[in-house]
Amino acid sequence: MKLQSSRRGDNLYIYLSGELDEHSVSSLREAADRLIDENAGLSRAVFNLAGLRFMDSTGIGFLIGRYKRLKKYNMGMYLESPEAGTDKILSLSGLYSLMPKI
Amino acid sequence: MNEMILKFPARSENEIFARNAVAAFALPLNPSLSELSDVKTAVSEAVTNCIVHGYRGRDGWITVHCRSEGGRLDVEVVDEGRGIHDLERALQPFFTTLPGEERSGMGFTIMQTFMTDFSVESEEGSGTKVRMSKDFGQKAERNAG
Repeated sequence: MKLQSSRRGDNLYIYLSGELDEHSVSSLREAADRLIDENAGLSRAVFNLAGLRFMDSTGIGFLIGRYKRLKKYNMGMYLESPEAGTDKILSLSGLYSLMPKI
Repeated sequence: MNEMILKFPARSENEIFARNAVAAFALPLNPSLSELSDVKTAVSEAVTNCIVHGYRGRDGWITVHCRSEGGRLDVEVVDEGRGIHDLERALQPFFTTLPGEERSGMGFTIMQTFMTDFSVESEEGSGTKVRMSKDFGQKAERNAG
């Protein structure tokens, strides 16, 4: 798993790439939380999922965890460009009602 | 008819290997990309359950038994871990026994939704066996019609 980020205006962009599962999630969690903490005060975080080749339900837990952290900072969370497989899991879990797809 | 038995230690680094091995086994059945993605996800969920819930970080073995015949893939994922205390609750969407660990409780729901057939047997103290099947291509269309 790889995580990259950029800041554009009031938005924090987080790009995820690789395969997100139980094995890869712990280092990803730390890296994402560090980024969020460093950028507290921005208005929203956008997770770009285009490079995510695989995600199972571990990814749902990961995204909800980051959503809660962002909420503490009053930051909104959005998802963009999921692949078909990822999109299917996100739709099934109802996650888009918390973090809309843009 | 073809068959494969994989046996590997219950470590999370083996999840990627297990789901890709099952996907490779299924390739001669000519699955679509979306069907193959469904199988990989369902296998990943079942194997993760063995590691996280069945063995809870303890050493143990996971066996994945695959059979293919006539456009249909059968997969069994078996552990000899602690078993499931309340299977009916475990099958509910969003139910998790480990709420503090960012678990979604969606594993079984994903297996049920992504595969054609699904069943689970479990005995406390003995382990859990998940059985899943997927019909591919024409067979899936025939059954749906």
